[in-house]
Amino acid sequence: MQAQTQPSISIRDLKLSFGSVQVLQDLNLDIAAGEFLVLLGSSGCGKSTLLNCIAGLLDITDGQIFINGQNVTWAEPSERGIGMVFQSYALYPQMSVEGNLAFGLKNAKVPKAEIAQRIARTAEILQIEPLLKRKPAALSGGQRQRVAIGRALVRDVDVFLFDEPLSNLDAKLRVELRVEIKRLHQKLANTMIYVTHDQVEAMTLADRIAIMKGGQIMQLDSPAVIYNRPANKYVADFIGSPSMNFFAGHLDEQLQFSSDGMDFSVKGYDFAQAPQAGEVWLGIRPEHIQSGEAAQNCPIQFEACIDLVEPMGSDTQVWSTANGQNFRFRMDGQADVKAGDQVSIGFEPARLSLFERVSELRL
Amino acid sequence: MANNSSHSATQPRGPKPKRTFSRRNIMLYGTLIVVSLYYLLPLWVMLVTSLKGMPEIRLGNVFSPPVEVTFEPWVKAWSEACTGLNCEGLSRGFWNSIQILIPSVVLSIAVASVNGYALSNWKFKGSDTFFAILIIGAFIPYQIMIYPIVILLREVGLYGSLWGLILVHTVFGMPILTLLFRNYFTSVPEELFKAARVDGAGFWGIYFRIMLPMALPIFVVAIILQVTGIWNDFLFGVIYTKPDLYPMTVQLNNIVNSVQGVKEYNVNMAATLLTGLVPLVIYFISGKLFVRGIAAGAVKG
Repeated sequence: MQAQTQPSISIRDLKLSFGSVQVLQDLNLDIAAGEFLVLLGSSGCGKSTLLNCIAGLLDITDGQIFINGQNVTWAEPSERGIGMVFQSYALYPQMSVEGNLAFGLKNAKVPKAEIAQRIARTAEILQIEPLLKRKPAALSGGQRQRVAIGRALVRDVDVFLFDEPLSNLDAKLRVELRVEIKRLHQKLANTMIYVTHDQVEAMTLADRIAIMKGGQIMQLDSPAVIYNRPANKYVADFIGSPSMNFFAGHLDEQLQFSSDGMDFSVKGYDFAQAPQAGEVWLGIRPEHIQSGEAAQNCPIQFEACIDLVEPMGSDTQVWSTANGQNFRFRMDGQADVKAGDQVSIGFEPARLSLFERVSELRL
Repeated sequence: MANNSSHSATQPRGPKPKRTFSRRNIMLYGTLIVVSLYYLLPLWVMLVTSLKGMPEIRLGNVFSPPVEVTFEPWVKAWSEACTGLNCEGLSRGFWNSIQILIPSVVLSIAVASVNGYALSNWKFKGSDTFFAILIIGAFIPYQIMIYPIVILLREVGLYGSLWGLILVHTVFGMPILTLLFRNYFTSVPEELFKAARVDGAGFWGIYFRIMLPMALPIFVVAIILQVTGIWNDFLFGVIYTKPDLYPMTVQLNNIVNSVQGVKEYNVNMAATLLTGLVPLVIYFISGKLFVRGIAAGAVKG
C-alpha cells in the first residue's frame, strides 16, 4: 500500500486569538487528498477564520499548517498552492475576465503561451468562453462566480478554498451552481474546503462535514453519519430542516423513557456504550415520524391534534400536539389535513437520538 | 351614473403635475439667482474694465460694457508690465507657477496615495498613532511653522530655490490628501485585497495594478484640490523663493501694488484675470469629475 494516505492538508493544534478573544482553540484536522470538506456552522463560529488561516491571510497564534506535506505556517498565500473563491467574487473591476484570470499567473511569471493555454482550458471547463473580453461589471452574478472559480482553477493547484461562494446568489442560481461545483469536483478530484452556513449545501456537496461552534469542531463525519447519528445535541439541532423534535425526560435502567405525558420503551435504540440511566434529551426528526396508517406499525405511538399545517408542495409540514408535547412531522404533499384534525403518529426507537442532559453528548 | 367621472380632471391620476411658479420654486431660484449675481458681478466688472482703454475707464461707468474693445491691457499685463526691476509682465510668473505646480502636485499625490493605501490595507504596529499625528498636524495653523521651515530649508540648502517651495507644498498637502485617500481605500472591499494576495501580488503590485486604476475619481479630486491650493498660494510663494522665482500670484501683487503715477486699472484687471484663469479652466473642464469623484468616495459599489 503506497503512502497515498498522506493527508493533503494537515492542521495541528491551531490556535488563533485576537487580543484576549480566543477565536480558534486547539484545532486538529486532517483532510485527505481529493476530499471535499465542508466547514459548517452559524455566524461567528470561526469557519471563515479557519479558512483564512489555511489560506495564509491571517497570522495564527500557535500551531502548524501542512499542505501536501510542506509546512506552510509562515508561507505567503500565493506560495501555499491554493486557489480561493470569495463570497463577493472579488473580481478586479478594471480588468477584463481574461485579465482577471491571467493576473495570478502573471505574478508567478508564467510564460505567455502557457497563460493563454490555461485560460482556454479553464474557460472551456466553466463555459465562460464568450465572456473573456468582458469586464466584471457587465456580467451577471452567476457568471461572476464562475469567473471567480475560474481564477482559482487557472492556478493549477491541488487545494481549492471556497468562502461561502453561493451566498450572494438567488435561490435558483444557487441550486444550479451547487451542482456545477459538485460536477467540477468529480471531474478534477482536487481537495476542496468549502465554508457555508447552509446545511443543504453541506449535505449535498461534502464527503465530510465539520460542524463548528465557538471555534471548535463539534463533529467531523460524512453527511450520512452526521444526519443519522449526530454526536451531540447541537449537531442534531443544526442539521435537518425543520429541526429535530426534542423532549427532556428521564431514562431508567429498563430503557424506559418518561417525560411529561409520555412513557415508552426505547429498546432497539443503538447505544454507543452501555446504556446508563439519568436525565436525557430525546430527539426524533420530523421526517422519521410516521403518520396515519403507517403509524400503526410503530412500537411508539401517539394520538396527535394538528395545530398548524404548512403545505410545501413536495410535502406538508405539520405542527401538532400529542400528550401535551409539541410534535413537528412531515406528511405527503397531497395529504388533506387542516388544523384541528386528529392523526395517529408513531416512530421507531432505532431512529431516535438520545443525548445526556448536561453534557448533551450522544448516548 | 355620473358620479366621479365628471370630476376626472381633479381626480389624482398619473404623474403629479409640477407648478413652475410654486412658492418653493420662486424662493429657491430667486435665492440662487441673487447669490450668483452677487458673485458674478465683480467678475463682470473685471472683465469689462480689462477690455476698455484708460479714457473710457476715467468716465466712471463701472458696469457698462466697453464702447471700444481693446486687448492692449492684456498684452501689457502678460509681457510688458513692470514688477520691481524687470518689465517682463506676468509671463515669467506664469512659468514659475507651472514649474512649482506640476512637481508639487505629482509628488504630494503620489506620496499621499501610497500613505492612504498603506494605512487602510496594511495594518502595522502604530499605524493608528501615525495617522492621528498626521491629522493633528493638519490642525496646527501653518503660519506658526513659517519661520522654523525657513531655518530648516536654509540648513538643507534649499532656501530660495524652487525645490524648497515644492517640498513645502508637498508636506503641507499630506494631512488632507492622506485622509482623502485612506478613506477611499477603506471603502474598497477587503476581499479584493485578499484575492490579490492569493494571486501573489505584493505591496506595489496591488497598488499599481488594482488600487490605482480603481481610485481614478479620487485622484481627480486630489488633483483639483492641489492645483487650486498651490496655484492660488501667495504666502509660501513670497517667503520661500527669490524674486526671479516668484509665482504668478506674487507677481500679480507686485504689479498691482507697486505702480507710481497713473494706476492702470485695465492692466491690473487683465493681470488678475490671467492669474485666475488656470484654476478656473480646470474647474470648468473637470467639474463633473470632481462631483462624481466625491460621490464615488462616499458610495462604493
